[in-house]
Amino acid sequence: MEEAIIEVRDVWFSFNGHPVLREASLAVPQGDFLVIIGPNGGGKTTLLKLILGLLKPDRGTVRLFGRSPERVAHRIGYVPQNVHVNKTFPVSVLDVVLMGRLRKGRGWLYHTRKDRSAAQAVLEQMRVWEHRDRRIGALSGGELQRVFIARALVSGPEALFLDEAMASIDAQSRGDFYDMLKELNRTVTIIAVSHDMMILSSHVKSVACVNRELYHHHSGELTQTMIDQAYHCPVDLVAHGVAHRVLSRHGGN
Amino acid sequence: MWDALQFEFMRNAVAAGLLVSLVCGVIGTLVVVNRIVFLAGGIAHAAYGGIGLAFFMGWPYLAGTLGFSLGSAGIMAAVTLRYRHRADAMVGIIWAVGMAAGVILLDLTPGYHADLMSYLFGSILAVPSSDLWQMGLLAILLIAVVAYDYQDFLAMSYDDEFARLRGVPVTFLYCLLMGMIAVTVVMIIRVVGLILVIALLTIPPFIAEKFTGSLKAMMAVSSILSALFTLTGLWFSYLLNLTSGATIILVAAAGFVIAALWERLRRRPAPSAGTRSSSP
Repeated sequence: MEEAIIEVRDVWFSFNGHPVLREASLAVPQGDFLVIIGPNGGGKTTLLKLILGLLKPDRGTVRLFGRSPERVAHRIGYVPQNVHVNKTFPVSVLDVVLMGRLRKGRGWLYHTRKDRSAAQAVLEQMRVWEHRDRRIGALSGGELQRVFIARALVSGPEALFLDEAMASIDAQSRGDFYDMLKELNRTVTIIAVSHDMMILSSHVKSVACVNRELYHHHSGELTQTMIDQAYHCPVDLVAHGVAHRVLSRHGGN
Repeated sequence: MWDALQFEFMRNAVAAGLLVSLVCGVIGTLVVVNRIVFLAGGIAHAAYGGIGLAFFMGWPYLAGTLGFSLGSAGIMAAVTLRYRHRADAMVGIIWAVGMAAGVILLDLTPGYHADLMSYLFGSILAVPSSDLWQMGLLAILLIAVVAYDYQDFLAMSYDDEFARLRGVPVTFLYCLLMGMIAVTVVMIIRVVGLILVIALLTIPPFIAEKFTGSLKAMMAVSSILSALFTLTGLWFSYLLNLTSGATIILVAAAGFVIAALWERLRRRPAPSAGTRSSSP
C-alpha cells in the first residue's frame, strides 16, 4: 500500500461568507501525478492553498506528509498562478531562484556555495541560465514561468505543486514541458492545477474535478461523467493531435 | 558654501542630514517595495499624538513619542494583517486621530511649547550634538537588523506567500518593519519634521528602483540620492534664507521629475529592429 502524502478530509472553506469548497476529500499517494481541473472560481487554487497551509479550512483536516502543512511546507516546491506580480521589483533571476533555498532561522546576507550550485543546476535544466543576471521584469512570460519552476525545484522537493504553470508557455514548448514533468514524476509527486486539457493526454495518473465539490478519479482518463460533474453543464472535450485518447468514447449529447 | 560649515549648527545639520539619509534610504526602500507608503505616512502623522502626550504628561520626548508610535504602528500592523481589504480606511482614521490628539494635548498643556509647524517641517538647523549620537546609534541598529534579515526581507517583499512556505517568519518581519518605521520616524521627526520623513522615505527609493538591479543596490542608491537632496536643499535654504525642510523636499521633487524625464528618454524605443518593447 502506497503511503498517502496528502490527505484532505471533509474540508469546508468559505471566503467572505461565500462558500468556495464543501466536503472536499482527497488522498494523494506518493509518486502520483494528479491534475486538478474545473471551471474558473470553482476552488482549484483554493484547494491547492489549503493543502499548502496558506489558507486554513473552516472545517475538516488537511495533512501533508502526515503532519500539519505549515510545518512541512518547506519539503514541497510551489509554482504560483500569477508569475507577473511585482515586475518592477529590483531583483535578478538568480536571486529569485535562490529564494527557493531559504531555510528557517538563517541570518546575514549570504547564500552558501551549495545554494548557488543548486540554483545553477535548475536554471540550466530549465534552460534559462543565460538570463541569470537579468532583472526579473525584463523576461518574457515563458522565461518567467521557467524561472518560477526553477525556484520551486531548487530545494529538491518531494512534491511539486503547479498552479496553472502552463499558462505562459507557448504551445510548441508544452510538449517538452510535459516530458520534463514526466521525467520529474519518477522521483517527485506532482499536483497540477490546469485549464489545459492537453495535460491530461500525457503522463497523468489521476484527475480531480473541483467545482465547489471535489470528485477524485484514480485514473488519468477523463470521462464525460467527470466533466459533467465538474462543470455542471455539458462540455465536449476535443483532443487534437495527442498521442493517445484521454476521453472514452461517448455518444452525442 | 564651505564658509557656512564654520558654524557648529551647520556642521550638525549636515551630519544629521547624512544620518537621516542613510536610515531613510534603507527603510524607505522596504517601504516602497512593500507598497506601504500610506502606512508609513500614517505612522508618521500619528506620532504627533505621541509628541502631544509627552508634553502634556511632562514625559521625556523620546520615551513618550516612541511608546505612542510603536503602539500606533502595532495597531496598524494588526489591522492591516487582519482586514487587508479595509486597511487603507483604518490607517486613515488612525492617521487623523493621532494628529488631532496631538494638537488637543498641546492646547491643554500650559506654558510655552513649540508649534505644529516645527514638527511638520522640523528644525534641521537646530540639532544638538547629543541628538546626533542618538541618531548614529539608531542608524547602526536599524542597518544591522536589516542586514541580518536581508534575505528574508527580500523574499517577503518579493513574494510573501512563497516566503511563508520556505519558513520565513513573514508576519513577524512585517511587524518588525512597522516597528522600524516607527523608530525611524520618532528619531528623525524633531530634526527634519514628519513631512520630510515621508518625502525621504518615498522619493529617493522610488527613483532608485528604476535604475538598480537588486534591493541592496536600491538601498545604497536611495541613501546617496537622499544625501544629495538633503545637502543641496540645505545649501539653497542657506543661500536664499528659506525654510530648510521644505526646501529639501522641493529639491527632492525636482530630482524626481528629472529622473522621470530621463527614464522616459532612455526608454524611448530605438529605431533599430529587435528591441524588446515594454509593456503598454
